[in-house]
Amino acid sequence: MRYLVMRLSQAATLLIGVSLLSFTFLQMSPGDYFQEMRLNPQISQATVEQMRTQYGADKPMLARYGHWLASAARGEFGISLAYGTPVGPLLWGRARNTLLLTATATFLSWILAVALGVVCAIAPRNLVDRCCAVASSLLLAMPELLVCLVLLTIAVHTGWFHTGGMMSLGTGEQSATWLQQARDLASHLVLPVTALVLGMLPTLLLHVRNSLFEVLDLPFVHAAAGHGISRFTILSRYALPVAGNALISLFGLSVGSLLSLSLVTEVIMSWPGVGPLLLEAVLARDVYVVIGAVTVSALFLVCGIALADIFLYASDPRIRAERLA
Amino acid sequence: MKLRKALLLPVTCLAAIHLMAFAAGFIAPYSYSRQNRDAILSPPTKVHWVDDEGRIHLRPFVYLRTEHPETAEYEEDVTVRYPVHFLTAGVSHDMEGSTTVHRHLFGVDPPAQLFLLGTDDLGRDVFSRMLYGGRMSLLSGLLATVLSLGLAMGFGCVAGFYGSWIDAAIMRLAELFLALPWLYLLLALRAFLPLHMEPVHVFFIVIALIGALGWARPTRLIRGLALSLRERRYITAARSFGASDAYLIRRHILPGISSLLLTQAALLIPQYVLAEVTLSFFGLGIGEPMPSWGSMLASLQQYRVMVSAWWMFSPGVLMVLVFLSYQVIHDALRTASAIAEL
Repeated sequence: MRYLVMRLSQAATLLIGVSLLSFTFLQMSPGDYFQEMRLNPQISQATVEQMRTQYGADKPMLARYGHWLASAARGEFGISLAYGTPVGPLLWGRARNTLLLTATATFLSWILAVALGVVCAIAPRNLVDRCCAVASSLLLAMPELLVCLVLLTIAVHTGWFHTGGMMSLGTGEQSATWLQQARDLASHLVLPVTALVLGMLPTLLLHVRNSLFEVLDLPFVHAAAGHGISRFTILSRYALPVAGNALISLFGLSVGSLLSLSLVTEVIMSWPGVGPLLLEAVLARDVYVVIGAVTVSALFLVCGIALADIFLYASDPRIRAERLA
Repeated sequence: MKLRKALLLPVTCLAAIHLMAFAAGFIAPYSYSRQNRDAILSPPTKVHWVDDEGRIHLRPFVYLRTEHPETAEYEEDVTVRYPVHFLTAGVSHDMEGSTTVHRHLFGVDPPAQLFLLGTDDLGRDVFSRMLYGGRMSLLSGLLATVLSLGLAMGFGCVAGFYGSWIDAAIMRLAELFLALPWLYLLLALRAFLPLHMEPVHVFFIVIALIGALGWARPTRLIRGLALSLRERRYITAARSFGASDAYLIRRHILPGISSLLLTQAALLIPQYVLAEVTLSFFGLGIGEPMPSWGSMLASLQQYRVMVSAWWMFSPGVLMVLVFLSYQVIHDALRTASAIAEL
């Protein structure tokens, strides 16, 4: 219980820290949305000043931050300057799409990483292991943006996959059944998910392989093998749970880099997630949307770390004993 | 000895790429901004050694090419050969109308054109732009690493050496920076700065942003090392002789972290090059007509470029080569330092 409270307060500190940091940068930055407006000869100086007052851009930083916190508590996260609507509703729809993309990719890449990692670790330096090592170092050197572009080029040339967007035109209508919609969504997911999996897999695979390889060399595994326990049982009941501890922590830590990868993928594959929204907002200098998007990314991160904690709690009896005490 | 052997290939490769990029003015046959309206998205020029009648020439040559009006394919006019000259004099005209003459490594006489890697959607030579763009991308990666490691060295040494509340404060801040998805943070910071500026200003701002955002990870490592170095006997001995803190840090802590700095640099430089490439890919980096690998790759987002112009991927290929080299160097350095510790 005390542990839970501590964790929650840590998460809250992170979120507040992130938003405060954003506001500090906002305050320090020269120029703003309204300054660009001044370049437009049709908008008078008085109008600009009036809008600044209306949106509270002329108040000191702490007052603005307090105002923003209150609006965040209402679920609004400030007003988007470019859209003229509260930021919250804009963000939630996008966040859902990002979540769908990243969750699918995470799930698939972990399954692949564990499967391949086991194969590599039980027979190190054989053909599969060497192939995996070469492929993953190539993929590591290949930035996500290039992976996306290559995949898109392949898709455009072969015409096998849907490129861009999340739904085909027309499938969102009432006439389409639930199943049709799901199938359409899945076919649009293929390409961005592949790109993300290719981006995440090398790091995950390396960690799974190495931690499993280390565990398989520990005395208790040799003892179990000496007792004549089958290799499969040793792997699934003895080695994987022990190696799992480090891997689950890795899951929590990798959420941040996953989000960065996802941002690039979303923009290039025009997946309507938080990434393109952030980029548009940056180009339009729509500061509240920028701050909102960064806060949402921090929220994802906090959730990822919390999820890793829950998994760790469920899988490792040592942690259960230590934290209940 | 083994380390030297492992480093030979990647270091040579990197040296060659950097040399080509920084000597772009000499090696590139054209300027990065010269547009050829009659050669939009033209494929790489073929360099011939054997002419139409089967004779072999010692000096390579090219043919004049014309675009077929219907099929949009390029046809070579094999009647006239245009030999490739080496160390040619190039003439450039600037805005004020004055002309300057400078040497290029190779070139052909007009009206023939030598596009080693084709042209982009404005008819600019991709090979030349790739070299000039590499100058931007590679230099900003290097400078950002220097900045970031400099910050990390300062913060890390102070935090590790003094401990107590200074350490706690710096480390909390570092954790905040580490936790955030850094591309989000990078874009957010970019949002608060004016979009349209002088290319030179943008260049330095991009470097400052990337370098300032990346301080947290190396700081944590350096701080850990400094913390363990602080307890060594020779430091206690030096302190008992009356050595000041500044002297201890300069004379004993900094040499101790130097190998860590080298390994970190090999890890950080490619990351920061990629950061610059990503920013300019999104149109937030150095603006046109100045090339960067990122803005060159960005034109692949256009459908017609993507389906027909495979040569536009060439900056990407060079980038992968750079990253692979740094990866090999990093692995070799890490293995070497792990062996040294045993």
